[in-house]
Amino acid sequence: MKKQSKNGESKFYPAASTQTSCTASAKMIDKAKKDGAETAFERVASLKSCSFGSGGTCCKICSMGPCRVTETRTGVCGATASTVAARNFARMIAAGAAAHSDHAREVIFTFIATAKGEAPGYEIKNETKLHALAKVFDINIEGKDKNQIALELGEKALAEMGKQQGETTLVKQAPEKRQERWRREGISPRGVDREIVETMHRTHMGVDQDYKNILLHGCRTSLADGWGGSMMATELQDILFGIPTPVRSKVNLGVLKENQVNLIVHGHEPLLSEMIVAAARDPELIKEAKKAGAKGINIAGICCTANELLMRKGIPVAGNFLQQELAICTGAVDAMVVDVQCIMQSLPTVAKCYHTEVITTSAKGKILGATHMEFDHHKAPEVAKDIVRRAIKNYSKRGKVDIPKEVIELVAGFSHETIKYLLGGRFRASYRPLNDNIINGRIRGVVGVVGCNNPRVKHDYVHTTVVKELIANNVLVLVTGCAAISCAKEGLLIPEAAELAGAGLREVCEAVGIPPVLHCGSCVDNSRILMAASEIVKEGGLGEDLDEIPAAGCAPEWMSEKAVAIGQYFVSSGVPVGFGVSFPTTNSEVLSDYLFKEIEETTGGKWFYEPNPVEMAKILIKNIDKKRKALGIDREKERVLYDMEMRRDLEIV
Amino acid sequence: MSKIIASAAIRGAHKIAKRAEENLKEALKKHGPDKKVEFPNTGYYLPVIYGITGMAVSTLGDMEKVLAYSKSLLPSVPSEKVWLPYLAPALDAGMATLFMDEIIEAIKYVESPPYTMSSEPTDDNLWLGAADDVIMRERGIEFVDGSAPGFAACVGAAPTNEIAVKIARELQEKNIYVFMSASADGKSMAEQLKEEGIQMGWETRLVPFGKDITATVFSAGFATRAALSFGGVKPGDFRKVLLYNKNRIFAFVLALGEVEDEKYAQAVGAVNYGFPTIADTDIPQILPTGICTYEHVVSNIPHDKLVERAIEVRGLKVQVTKIDIPVAYGSAFEGERIRGEDTYVEFGGTKTHAFEFLRMKEMDEVENGKIEVVGKDIDDIKEGERLPLGVVIDVAGRKMQEDFESVLERQVHHMINGAEGIFHMGQRNIIWVRVSKKAKNAGFKFHHFGKILIAKLAADYPAIVDKAQVTIYTDLEKVDRMMEEARKTYRHRDERVRGMTDENVDTFYSCTLCQSFAPNHVCIITPERLGLCGAYNWLDGKAAYEINPTGPNQPVKKGDTIDAVKGQWKNVNEFVFAKSNQSLERFNAYSMMEDPMTSCGCFECVVAVLPMTNGVMIVNREFPEMTPCGMKFSTLAGTVGGGVQLPGFIGIGRQYITSKKFISADGGLKRLVWMPKELKDTLRSELQKRAEEEGVSDFVDKIADETVATTEEEVIAHMQKVSHPALEMPPMF
Repeated sequence: MKKQSKNGESKFYPAASTQTSCTASAKMIDKAKKDGAETAFERVASLKSCSFGSGGTCCKICSMGPCRVTETRTGVCGATASTVAARNFARMIAAGAAAHSDHAREVIFTFIATAKGEAPGYEIKNETKLHALAKVFDINIEGKDKNQIALELGEKALAEMGKQQGETTLVKQAPEKRQERWRREGISPRGVDREIVETMHRTHMGVDQDYKNILLHGCRTSLADGWGGSMMATELQDILFGIPTPVRSKVNLGVLKENQVNLIVHGHEPLLSEMIVAAARDPELIKEAKKAGAKGINIAGICCTANELLMRKGIPVAGNFLQQELAICTGAVDAMVVDVQCIMQSLPTVAKCYHTEVITTSAKGKILGATHMEFDHHKAPEVAKDIVRRAIKNYSKRGKVDIPKEVIELVAGFSHETIKYLLGGRFRASYRPLNDNIINGRIRGVVGVVGCNNPRVKHDYVHTTVVKELIANNVLVLVTGCAAISCAKEGLLIPEAAELAGAGLREVCEAVGIPPVLHCGSCVDNSRILMAASEIVKEGGLGEDLDEIPAAGCAPEWMSEKAVAIGQYFVSSGVPVGFGVSFPTTNSEVLSDYLFKEIEETTGGKWFYEPNPVEMAKILIKNIDKKRKALGIDREKERVLYDMEMRRDLEIV
Repeated sequence: MSKIIASAAIRGAHKIAKRAEENLKEALKKHGPDKKVEFPNTGYYLPVIYGITGMAVSTLGDMEKVLAYSKSLLPSVPSEKVWLPYLAPALDAGMATLFMDEIIEAIKYVESPPYTMSSEPTDDNLWLGAADDVIMRERGIEFVDGSAPGFAACVGAAPTNEIAVKIARELQEKNIYVFMSASADGKSMAEQLKEEGIQMGWETRLVPFGKDITATVFSAGFATRAALSFGGVKPGDFRKVLLYNKNRIFAFVLALGEVEDEKYAQAVGAVNYGFPTIADTDIPQILPTGICTYEHVVSNIPHDKLVERAIEVRGLKVQVTKIDIPVAYGSAFEGERIRGEDTYVEFGGTKTHAFEFLRMKEMDEVENGKIEVVGKDIDDIKEGERLPLGVVIDVAGRKMQEDFESVLERQVHHMINGAEGIFHMGQRNIIWVRVSKKAKNAGFKFHHFGKILIAKLAADYPAIVDKAQVTIYTDLEKVDRMMEEARKTYRHRDERVRGMTDENVDTFYSCTLCQSFAPNHVCIITPERLGLCGAYNWLDGKAAYEINPTGPNQPVKKGDTIDAVKGQWKNVNEFVFAKSNQSLERFNAYSMMEDPMTSCGCFECVVAVLPMTNGVMIVNREFPEMTPCGMKFSTLAGTVGGGVQLPGFIGIGRQYITSKKFISADGGLKRLVWMPKELKDTLRSELQKRAEEEGVSDFVDKIADETVATTEEEVIAHMQKVSHPALEMPPMF
C-alpha cells in the first residue's frame, strides 16, 4: 500500500494483516492510516535497524568513536568485537535490571509508608506471605502486629537494594545446589544497586576488556535482578495487594465500552493503577460519569499494568505493547494513564488525532505533549480520583468511536503459591502432581514464554505459534508480560484450550481444570517462574538444581532491555533461553559462541537465537528432551508396586 | 472427564452440608449446645475433624464451628465454559464432606445410635458404626507390621450377591480389610453378604460400618487415627496425617453400583488421603497421578478384575502364598467361627486328645513336602464325629536352632486357622480344631493341614526352614504315643525359658518394626521383658534376626553394665541413641520413673503412676471404662505413644506384668495397686506365683479393680482397707 506522508514523501507499507495476527489490531492499523495517526507499525516499515547496533558491535562509549567494530577491525582504543558486544550486552542487562529494581524501590517506599500508616488507601493485605517473607529475612514476628512486621521488612528490603557485601537475601529461596554453584563461580549477587553501578563502571571506556569477565558480572547483575529487585517487587506487591488466584476476565480492544468512560492504565507499576480501580468504583465518581452521559467507568489495562490488575482484580486487558497506539485509535479512550517502561513517546502525537488525554504520572517518566499528574503514595486515592475525573470530563469530547468487536475470555492468576494449591487443594497442596506427571511423561517439560512485542516481527503471531507448537507437544507453558496477552487474545488462556494440547498435557489440564498455558503475571513477575522452578526442585524427583529440570524459556518477540535482563537471569539460573527477532551480539562470533555454548559450563544455562517460531519450539523441546534423558525419565517406567518393606522406606514429610 | 467428577463432588458436598446443617439445628434445638457428643470409646473425638483441623468436638455446640469451617471450604460448582481450576476446590469440598459426615454420624450417637457398638453384627443389627480405639489399636498393629496391607472402602452394592461374596473373598485372601457402607439401589454390599450367610465383623475383616453414605467416614476416621496413634502425628498436622496414609495405609475405595453426587464427594475426600477410587460402572476417570500414588479414579472395571486392578492402582504389592487346598486362605479367615451344627469333624477341645508338635531334625531325616496321614481321613468318618489328632512337623535347615522350635510351633495356630472353614484354637496339647461341612464338601482332606503348614513355613521362614514334612495322626494309640514325646519336649522348653534371664544372656534384640510409624521408637526385647505389643519375645527376636539379618530385629550386645538395678547397659544406650535418630540418650529396662523405654502405639497395656497411692495402675487396651488416673485407655494411649520418654508412664506387653523384672527398679509387682478385673483374672495364677516369690502371698486380691475403685481416692481407701504393701514402700519419686 502506498501512502502520501505529511511531508510529501512516498512510503511503502505492508498490509496490516502481515504485521499482526490480531485482527482487532489489523483493523486499527488501517484505521490509523486513514485517520493520519502514525503508529509503530507504520514507522517500522520505513526505518531499517542499524546493522552494527543490532549485532552489538557499535561502540559509542567514548568520543574517539563511535566505532563500528568487526571481528577483524577493532575500535580506536583496540577494543575487540567481543569486548564491545559484551559491554553493550552487559549494559542492556544493567538497564533492564534497573527498570525492574527501580520498580521494586517504588513498591518498597509505598510498603514502608503503608506500614507507618502514611499511605492512605493501602494496607498490608496478605499476612501469610508477610510472615513467610519475614522468616526469609530472619525477622522475629512474635508479638508484633502486621504493620510492625511490615515496617521491619520494608526497611530490610530497602537496605537490600544497596547491600554492598554478602549476598542478596532472596537467593536463599533458590535450591541449595544452585546457591553453591553461584558462590563457586563468584556470581552470587549482592545488592542490585551495587551490581548495576559496577556494570556501568566495568563497561566504561578502558576498564573490563575480557568478554568473559564482563559477562560473568552480567550474570551477577542479572541475578541481582531476578532473585533481588524483580522478586522483591513481586513479593511485596503480593503482600500489599494480595497473592493472585485464578480469575476470569476478558482481553482485546473489544473490552472498551462505547457508552462508558474508558480509562486505560498502561505501564508497569500497580501502585497507582490499583487506586484508580478503587476510584472507578467510587459511587460518587460513577454518579459524575453518569452525569456526563456515560453508563459507567470502564478501566482497562495495557502492557504489564494490565497484567498486574488482571492477576489480582480481574480487570480486563485492552491489549499488549503494540496496541497502545491502536487503543487510542478507537476514539473511545478518554484517558490513557501511564507510569513507567514501554510507553511510546508517540502517544500524545497519536492522541492529537482523537480526544484522548495522555496522562503521565511518574516523576521519572514525563512526555512532552502529555498532561502530568504526579503520583504520590501519600495521597494516592486523591490523585487517582483526580485522574478519573479528568477522564470523565474528557468523555464528552469524544468524536467518532470505532471499537473492534474482538474480545475473548481468559483465565489468569497463576502465582507459584496458587499453582501449588491448585495441584492438591488446601490439605495436600504441593508440586508433587506436576513433578509426577513430568516424570511419567504426560507433561514433557515446562517452558516460560515471556517478553514484549516487536513490530519487526508479526505481532502476536510468533508468540502464539511457539506456544501452540509447545502445548501440542505436551509442554506446559507459563506466560508473563505481553507474551501472555498475545496468548490470551488467541484463546490459549481458557481451560478449553486444552483441546489444542497433546494427549498427556490435556489429561493433566482436565484433571486440574487449568488451561495448558498459565498466566503468571507481569514481566517483573518472572520471578514467580523462578520460584515455581525452585518448588519443582524441592518437591524432588527431577534433580537437585534448576539446570536439571526439563524446563526452558524464550522471548520470541522481545524488544526491551528488560527482556535481556530476564533472559540472562534465567540463563544464570541454569535455564536455556531462546530469543526471536534478533540477537544483540551476533556481530561477534566469539561472544555469541560463548553465550550459546560455553556459558553453560558456568551456569548450566545458555542462550540460543531462532527467529522462526516453529523452529524455536523444536529447539526448546530438544533441550527438554536432553534434560529428560539426563534424568533417566525419557523412557516409560514400569509401575512400582509397594510391599511393606518398601512402604517403610517411603518418607512422610 | 474430571470436571464431571469435580462438579458432582462439589454438588454432593453441598447436599451433605445441607443435611449436616439441618441435623445440627434440630439436635441443638432438642438437646442444647452443651450436650455431649462422642463416638464410642475413643480418645480422638471425631477423629477426622480432630486429626485434620485439631478441633476437639465434644459437645453439640462445638460442632457449629466445624460446620462453619466446612462450609467455608465449599466452592461453587465449576461453570460450563471458561471454568476456573476445579481440582483443588473439589478436594477441599471432599474434605469438608468428611467433616460434615462426622457431624451427621455423631449426632446419631447422641440419640439412639443405629449401630451395634460391638465388634461384630448382632442378630437384629448388621451395622457396627465407628470402630472404637480398642479395635483400632488391635487391628492397627496389622497395618503396622504389614499383615494387613490396607483396606477397601466398599461403597454401594455389587450387582448380585454372588459377585459381592466373590469380591469380599478375594479381598480377604489378600489380607485386605473390607469396610462397607452406603447402598446402591437400596442395597448394601454388607446386606448382600448377610443374605449369603457370610460371617462379618472385625474378626473376619468384613466390617459393615453403616448403610448411610455418611457412614463411609468411619473408614477415614480409622485411617486418621492410625496416623495419630501409630504415626505419632499431632492433631491438626493435616499434611502429615494425609501423607502418612498415602505412604503407609494402602487403602482404596471400591465404588459398586451407581455413583451419586454424595458418593463422589466421599471419593474425592478419600483422594486427599491418597486413596483412589475404582468403580465397576462407567463413570469418568482421573488418570494423571500425584495426589494418590497412581491414578485417582479408574472406572468400568469388570468385577472379576476389580480387586486386582484396585491393588495395582493403589500401587500395592500383596504377597500371598498360594496354597494348594480346596478352600480359600488368608488371615481374614482366622476370625471365622465354625458353629457346632456347621462342623463336620472336630478334634481336641478337651473332648479328644489332640496336640501339635514341631521338632528340629537333621537335614537327611526330612523329606521335604512329605505328608502322611496315619489313621482315618475325613472320608472315613461320619458327620459330627470327633477324632484324636496329632500334628507332627519335622523341620530341618542349616540355620535352624532348637530354640526356634517353639517360635515356629506357635505359628501353627495362625497357619491352620487361615483356611476358610477350618477353626483352630490353642497350642501344644490343648488345641481345638474344627473342619466345617462346607470345607469337607469343598474337598478338604486331612493331608491339607500338611499342605498349609509346609507351604507357610517355606514362605514365611525361608531362612531357617529348608525342609519340612508333616505327619497327621488320627489314630488314638499313635496320637497318645507321639503326645508323650511332645510333652517331654514341652517341659524341656519351659525349663529352658524359665532359666532364661536377662543376666544369663549377653545379647538382647531390638525391634524397630514400628519405626515406619513411630520414627524414634526402639523396643529392646530382653528374655524377661517382651516387646510391648506382646507379639515378640526374645526368642522371636532371635529367630527373626536369623530369618532376615538386615531386618527390624537386630542383636544388641549388652556391653558393660552401667546400672544393674535399673537395667542400663553401655551398648544398649549407644544402640538406642543411634536408632532413635539421636533422640534418646539413655534407657532403663526396669524403671518407669527414670529414662523409661518409649512406646510406639501398639502396646497391650499402659502402666501409669497413681501419685497419691505410691503405686501404679495397669490398664489393658480391651478395658473401655474410666481408670483411676482420670483417663481412659484411649486417652492415656494418646499421651504414651509416639516414641517419647514420659516418666511415670510406659506401654508394655501383658506378659511383662508377671516378669520378675516388672518395674523392678521402682519396687516391682508390689507397686501394682489397680488393674481391670478381667485382666487380673486372666493372669491370676501367674500373678499368684509371682506374689509368692515376692513374699506377699495374699497380694493378688489386694490389687484394686473397677469393682471396688474407679478413682484414685477409692483406690487409696481400698489399699488402706486391705493394707496394700505399696503404702509401706519408699516414695516412688
